[in-house]
Amino acid sequence: MDHKQDILRVLREDARLSNEDIAERLGITAKTVAATIRKLEKDGVIVGFRALFDDSKLPENAVKAIIEVKVKPERNGGFDRIAKRISKFSKVESLSLMSSGMFDLMLEIKGETLNDVAEFVSSKLAPMEGVISTSTHFILKKYKVSGKLLQNEEDNERLKITP
Amino acid sequence: MKKTMKDSKSPRDLSSRVAKHIYSLPKSGIRDFFELVNTMDDVISLGIGEPDFVTPWTIREGSIYSLERGRTSYTSNLGLLSLRKAICKYVAENYKVEYDSVHECIVTVGVSEALDLVIRAITDPGDEIIYNEPCYVSYYSEIKMAHGVPVPVPTYEKNNFALDPADLEKAITPKTKAILLNFPCNPTGATLNMEQLEQIAKIAVKYDLLVLTDLIYSELTYSGNILPAISSLPGMKGRTIFLHGFSKAFAMTGFRAGYACGPFEIIDAMMKIHQYSMLCASITAQEAAEEALRNGKREMESMRREYMNRRNVIVKGFNKMGLSCFMPEGAFYAFPNITSTGLSSTEFAKRLLMEKRVAVVPGCAFGKSGEGYVRCSYATSMEGIREALKRMEAFLKSLKK
Repeated sequence: MDHKQDILRVLREDARLSNEDIAERLGITAKTVAATIRKLEKDGVIVGFRALFDDSKLPENAVKAIIEVKVKPERNGGFDRIAKRISKFSKVESLSLMSSGMFDLMLEIKGETLNDVAEFVSSKLAPMEGVISTSTHFILKKYKVSGKLLQNEEDNERLKITP
Repeated sequence: MKKTMKDSKSPRDLSSRVAKHIYSLPKSGIRDFFELVNTMDDVISLGIGEPDFVTPWTIREGSIYSLERGRTSYTSNLGLLSLRKAICKYVAENYKVEYDSVHECIVTVGVSEALDLVIRAITDPGDEIIYNEPCYVSYYSEIKMAHGVPVPVPTYEKNNFALDPADLEKAITPKTKAILLNFPCNPTGATLNMEQLEQIAKIAVKYDLLVLTDLIYSELTYSGNILPAISSLPGMKGRTIFLHGFSKAFAMTGFRAGYACGPFEIIDAMMKIHQYSMLCASITAQEAAEEALRNGKREMESMRREYMNRRNVIVKGFNKMGLSCFMPEGAFYAFPNITSTGLSSTEFAKRLLMEKRVAVVPGCAFGKSGEGYVRCSYATSMEGIREALKRMEAFLKSLKK
């Protein structure tokens, strides 16, 4: 049987579980888990394992912004080439093509200061060939990251024994 | 219990004023244990018969919205028609049996009330009701309160605690009124397969008996799809009362929302009792239930997957430490055999609690045939389960010394 879906589900919840731990939860062998994960990485389904952070509690200073970018698609290749060029900047955390009509690309960008971000936009992004306009929205506070609430709900005490 | 001060005009012996059939009822075996556990901190509890998940937000939000709109009135005795329609649609889709939402469905205060209603509605004094045991703590007393005669049929580990149709048939007498089934089962986690259901259905038809099927755990079935209800089998719809609720699958225990579907004559009789004793289920709970059926499926399925993962871990853990435990296919309970320790289930549970601070429920609380086992609920976090397993293993080692 194919356990890809099950393994992906478990990893989505907690990527730090050992192969043995995942195997025990799913009732399969650790060998199967290891082989499946290897295959998923090879196929490019899994592209990495990272921790999720509450940015507001990190010691380093970081400013994040969402930038909407209007670009001129190219005759051959559409948006892909310019999207790739933009995404290579290390400040760019994520980049997606949107269906908006108002703009085409949306990127999340991380800089050290407000100035840092502004500098990137004015000196790198906006002047880039094919970029028509940009619109920058600074993020003030995050409430949920990758499906995780940043403020936990209160613990509700259950009775210790119930029928 | 503390006795209150009485004035001089109180009757001298008040317990003699309590109706005899109520006075003689045992208190639930879980109660004493509950009092003991509650005096302690640092206990890891595997004794909890309810989901550890909070009700999914979409359901909570749905009930809050209903309050905002001022939906705070009584509903029809049978419950909101829109909810009954949604229930009948859900039952038809998942259990392969169609009920008429106007005449064959009643919304109750949890499945507990539905069970109480149907037992009161069908039981004449002396009528016998057969049920699989070990079983939920209320069955015996519910039947007693209705002046019926409880007839437990033991189920065995060697059969994965499924009800053996031959044993069932042996328990039938001319006084038998109904068979009460609870699969997936609290406390064993046992399920029935299609063949067993068919055999039981044949027996019910042969002896012309009613069947009450308590399906409260049915969504929490781990081997593929939910099984069709016994009422979907030939000759069964007219004799089966389908009992279900929202507590377990949708993590809604506190809402107290349940229902029954069945032939009009029985539902109508249940409605009379419900009308005079309860009037209707809380409208807020009914609105929440409707939202659960509308938008709760995804979260229900994700909770089920999580329970299944925990089940795999806990059952493997028990077998590894030398407590034989069959792999339950439903509910969120494991029912390991503790006879190898030489302790009774009560001694085992008490000592485990006192010495290692892990709460499990002695099997004998679920009927005589539960002796030799303990019920361990895995509706608790994976960390809790792992720590409990560690402590239980240490407990077993200390017994061997």
